[in-house]
Amino acid sequence: MEALEQIKTRIEAGLPNARIEIVANECPAGDRSLLVDGASGFAVAKFLRDDSQLKLDFCSNVTGIDWPDKELSEKIKVKKLVDGVEKEVEEVKKTLRPGFLEVVYHLYSMELKHGPVVFRMRTANRTDNTQLPSLTPLWRGAELQEREVFDLFGVNFVGHPDLRRILMWDGFAGFPMRRDYVSPDDFEYEPTPHDEVLERTQKHNPVEAKP
Amino acid sequence: MIEEGLKSELQKQGVYVTTLEDLYNWGRANSIWPLTFGLACCAIEMMAASMARFDLARFGAEVFRPSPRQADLMIVAGTVTKKMAPLVVRLYNQMPEPKYVIAMGACAISGGPFKQGYNVLKGIDRYLPVDVFIPGCPPRPEALIHAIMTLQEKILAQKLTGPNRPRHLNADVASEFPVPAYAEDDLQPSKNSDVWHPPMTVRK
Repeated sequence: MEALEQIKTRIEAGLPNARIEIVANECPAGDRSLLVDGASGFAVAKFLRDDSQLKLDFCSNVTGIDWPDKELSEKIKVKKLVDGVEKEVEEVKKTLRPGFLEVVYHLYSMELKHGPVVFRMRTANRTDNTQLPSLTPLWRGAELQEREVFDLFGVNFVGHPDLRRILMWDGFAGFPMRRDYVSPDDFEYEPTPHDEVLERTQKHNPVEAKP
Repeated sequence: MIEEGLKSELQKQGVYVTTLEDLYNWGRANSIWPLTFGLACCAIEMMAASMARFDLARFGAEVFRPSPRQADLMIVAGTVTKKMAPLVVRLYNQMPEPKYVIAMGACAISGGPFKQGYNVLKGIDRYLPVDVFIPGCPPRPEALIHAIMTLQEKILAQKLTGPNRPRHLNADVASEFPVPAYAEDDLQPSKNSDVWHPPMTVRK
């Protein structure tokens, strides 16, 4: 298969409006991925599927990732006047990276026997703007997995034929796989509690709270 | 009641004497028909127990019934998720009396390795009166057979009259249990307090 940079160049030649980045991967496998903006995500995915050199006809996996708001701190050197003398002082600069949800697709070609191309899309935020285009019209196999990502992360797939919860029941509130999900307080009895579980047990059972 | 000594003496002469209670319980204990019903990997062990190698038929419990209307025993074999729990309780309610429950494996007892998950019921004994608990992850078929033998002993010891008579002979005791409903983040109610009494551990 051709290099990811080459794929990116060819997509950009075919779809000038698409904003594509290559995301590095620091783990030993080092699979880098294409990060595509939501607005042109469907067109780029269609390109990847239909292009004669790629023919990525098989979507093997759909995953969600939750990226909560994160405070990034970096050290920068600033020149400052200290006691009338100009000195270089290290300062910590803090920036807030707003959270978002990410969907990852692993695409393979059955016909040309290559892959994977890792395809990512990110939502604008984690609260009210969680729309992304559904790729189910391109790969039918993504249907249930997109439903799962919707169910557990709360990504709204626009164009999905049947977007309902799949693992949790209808009427369930919240998205359990999000980092800030608070699970229901439902294990009041524990034979050997410790740490957090001990605190919860003691709240339910005042007898256990006695020292 | 007939004396044990006289009973065996009569048996030697070819006269078999028993009580209606013993006969009734003996019949029931040797024809426990379980419901065909598995939830996770414990069900694989349950199937193994019913097959030729372990041969549950020796205990009269091999007739797995596909309908709750014909079953006597519910073997809760596997993880009960909160989504599944109301259906399990409903199946139990559909079984005719007398009926028994075996909670098979760590998950059915307490939630097991998934106890701290948001979607797992912390033991089916929160909603159903469990007769025999089998620990293990999963328990071997021998353990299931042992549980069925334990249940048989329990059935054989039941008195058919008096205040401690079994539920199916006591019209005042309900044989159906409330089915929990799906709420926003948990089942509602989260336990049946008539059935579930958590052990109180006093720590020093």
